[in-house]
Amino acid sequence: MDLDPLLLSFEVATIATLLAAVIGIAVAALLANYRFPGRDLVDVVFTAPMVMPPTVLGYYVLVVLGRRSVLGHAFESLTGTSIVFTVTGAVVAATIGALPLVVKSVRAALEQTDPTLMLAARTLGATKLRAFFTVQVPLATRGIAAALMLAFARAVGDFGVTLMVAGDIPGKTRTASLAIYGAIQAQREREATLMVVILTVTVLALLYAVGKLTARREPDDR
Amino acid sequence: MSTDDKLSVHIVLATRSFTLDVAFEVQPGVTVLFGPSGSGKSRTLGCIAGIVRPDRGRISLGSDVWFDDAGPVELPIHRRRVAYVFQSLALFPHMTAEENVSYGIGRSIPKAERRATAHDMLARMRVGHLADRKPHTFSGGEAQRVALARAFAMKPRALLLDEPFSALDAGVKLELLAEVGEWLAREHIPALLVTHHAEEASALGDQVVMLEKGRVVREAAIDDPTLSLPKIRAAAK
Repeated sequence: MDLDPLLLSFEVATIATLLAAVIGIAVAALLANYRFPGRDLVDVVFTAPMVMPPTVLGYYVLVVLGRRSVLGHAFESLTGTSIVFTVTGAVVAATIGALPLVVKSVRAALEQTDPTLMLAARTLGATKLRAFFTVQVPLATRGIAAALMLAFARAVGDFGVTLMVAGDIPGKTRTASLAIYGAIQAQREREATLMVVILTVTVLALLYAVGKLTARREPDDR
Repeated sequence: MSTDDKLSVHIVLATRSFTLDVAFEVQPGVTVLFGPSGSGKSRTLGCIAGIVRPDRGRISLGSDVWFDDAGPVELPIHRRRVAYVFQSLALFPHMTAEENVSYGIGRSIPKAERRATAHDMLARMRVGHLADRKPHTFSGGEAQRVALARAFAMKPRALLLDEPFSALDAGVKLELLAEVGEWLAREHIPALLVTHHAEEASALGDQVVMLEKGRVVREAAIDDPTLSLPKIRAAAK
């Protein structure tokens, strides 16, 4: 039995989670700590992938990152490979799915920090950035960890955008979700079952851990 | 550090219920901001620290201007070196007492030296034994001492105390007030104490600025016999 799609899914989800972490935490920090024109718009844009049809999202990715787009062309001349219809495309697709979860959960975690603690840090000579990294982030570590687990759980199973952007190229961009679909279409149900079980267990385990991490704590737990 | 710099404050700030419009000076020593709740005391402290931005006015320490709408000058919070002891104390819950105290010590100083200074300050505030413990294990009085140690260790140019003693019982409070007074006498920097309590005012204060609905209604020396506040008079030294 071919387990490559599963391995590919985990690989793609890992990189996507890291990407979503970097982008998502930065955006969450902006939304949590700054009031600026267009703030609500940024919030909407980063929430949209949760509810937008995957085909629509995929269409936008193809327009923005396709081989004939400025970004896609630049990427291709730098790396020699295109973004779309490669593993890179699958990573982009999974990142888009994971980003809203990171932005939402990390923002909520950051906003829970007592603002007086941040002000205390500032009066003690800390720049905004230092106060963020030494006070706000450490106090939100559980929430951030939970957010990244959710992100991974979401990224590992992306289907629609991946299909639009990366295609379903066996041995190249065929992730577990795509392989399950293919196996069912070809009536190879046994092949699908194993991947279904492994994905299910992974996601449930992650969700369980997220629940544990974000459960209310006793005040002296820290 | 004894620079004899005085803190000059002129703040105009419209709030929802009234317009804060105050002007006064804080000499080295302790000036008590006295007034009913909602009279603008905490907001005044916030403006001085740089946390709240006044609509108009000028705030300066000695020859250094921290805020001036005409300038315009607005020095960010972290560059004012104003120690602010919050009512909630705002100790960092994820740091030990020592880490809390060294947080405000200049980062140009080597780490070992920062640690030593923090230990020193904790010992001077008689909470040296708490150095490696985190705030959730402290009693109310201990937390207060650590918070003061943190404020002192940063070598502030001015000290703002926003009712930090209100949760303490009388015995502990008097002891602590005496220590704060001693430290201030040595450092010779301007300090502003917000309090509702006449005994705190008279134990620590040199001057009183009385606020009412955002205005200064009276400025006087704490031992001024004409000071007409019965609460303060009753407890005066």
